[in-house]
Amino acid sequence: MGSVGAKDVPQLIGPDGRRIDGRRLDELRPLRIVAGALHRADGSAFVEWGANKVMAAVYGPREVHPRHLQQNNKAIVQCRYNMAAFSVDERKRPGLDRRSQEISKVIAEAFESVIFAEEYPRTSIDIYIEVLQANAGTRCAGLVAASVALADAGIPMVDLLPAVAVGKVGGHIVLDLKKEEDNYGEADLPMALVPQSGRLVLLQMEGHMNRAELAQALDLGVKGCRDIYDRMKAALRARYSVDEPAPRGSSGEAAS
Amino acid sequence: MSEEVTAEILTTHILELAHAGKRLDGRGVDEYRPVSIEFGYVASADGSALARIGETAVVSGVKLEPGKPYPDTPNAGVLTTNAELVPLSSPTFEPGPPHPRAIEVSRVVDRAIRAAETIDLTKLCVTPLEKCWTCYVDIHVLDHAGNLIDAAMLAAVSALSNATMPAKRFGIGEDTPLAVEHLPIESTFCRLGDTIVVDPTFEEESAAQGRLTIATAETGEIVAMQKGLVGAFAPEEIKALVERAFQHGDSLRARVRGGGRT
Repeated sequence: MGSVGAKDVPQLIGPDGRRIDGRRLDELRPLRIVAGALHRADGSAFVEWGANKVMAAVYGPREVHPRHLQQNNKAIVQCRYNMAAFSVDERKRPGLDRRSQEISKVIAEAFESVIFAEEYPRTSIDIYIEVLQANAGTRCAGLVAASVALADAGIPMVDLLPAVAVGKVGGHIVLDLKKEEDNYGEADLPMALVPQSGRLVLLQMEGHMNRAELAQALDLGVKGCRDIYDRMKAALRARYSVDEPAPRGSSGEAAS
Repeated sequence: MSEEVTAEILTTHILELAHAGKRLDGRGVDEYRPVSIEFGYVASADGSALARIGETAVVSGVKLEPGKPYPDTPNAGVLTTNAELVPLSSPTFEPGPPHPRAIEVSRVVDRAIRAAETIDLTKLCVTPLEKCWTCYVDIHVLDHAGNLIDAAMLAAVSALSNATMPAKRFGIGEDTPLAVEHLPIESTFCRLGDTIVVDPTFEEESAAQGRLTIATAETGEIVAMQKGLVGAFAPEEIKALVERAFQHGDSLRARVRGGGRT
């Protein structure tokens, strides 16, 4: 969006109603989730989603640093979403820019909405999301990875948090934008769903949509989230199934 | 940064009132606080406005300076939005690098201005690749009595509507009013139990179980949204809030348009 004065907008939806990568309008990119991808973290997960590669780790409940952030009635939930310098075409300056700080904030708030934080007073639950390779939808990929990592860490939660972005591309409402669709499309609407309640704990939007399009986008996103939810559960089952335990740190068979 | 404490008993009271469709300050759930806009509040800025929503006060100043277009947008000017939650506006705001909540305010306002195409950035281009106008929108929160995003948005679009291109000062021609195209207005809602109220006060924000901001433009489009705080909204609730956001936005836009010029 906001591609003011930029080059011509490529045709993103073909005459056959397919997208540039051949997907239907309501089709997700290939998604692979590996629960328990790291050795040192209390919980972890790796998500490969289209051309995104995102690693998430959870530490805690543990002592709060800095101490003054400590709360006597509940755990605090902290999140750091960070993009590696090499994760995008043009090298990104290392460290948290304003975009990353905003995303960290909304992700922390989303998880605090589902974690039973009151069970662990005076502690911190720290979520780290590292984007290694980015191709639109990294906050959603980060949420999915972090959510599986929280479950892997055994943090009690209301539910897992599947997330996906819906957008408007060439006048069509489409599920799960890839980079070109994000750059040249008309709107981007990332969301995270609590499947049990059917409510959204993360919602952002930028671009142009009328009321009817927004309503359609919300419904499509919820549907997409429910699909992703099944795959998150499958990844956790693959990690913890008694029959064929996947060794920690192995990548592979965990749900594709 | 410490969080300001709202007494548990007050939070409970706010939630009980909301359950009965009432609010601490006597407003209805759909009732916005009185809004006032003072255009041209800062003479040293190229455009400015002081916006008040109830006791919340935010001032915004626009500065336009010659600059260089970004290489990827050679035919467009540059727009930068920054919000500062200065320490004088709340007992909990401290000096230092911007807090995530200040960054959130800036970015949500910036997104709405960009997506609504409030300023046609191609009109800020003087010579492609070489020279353009850089438009700085700076937002200072003066008194934080809740709903900073709406107040910051209102101050920013009011300041832009009020702005003049200071061409004479830089020898680029005659001064002209900055062309303002579409006016985004944000409407923020908070969940208080099963009730969703518009324009939350500071105390209501502390008690809230989720906050949702919706930016509408006069084109009938939603141009930005942001869910914040801990809590959740159902899609059907969001669709209903969009209608409320349009009603509020449409009622305010006429007051911003023209930027106080007569």
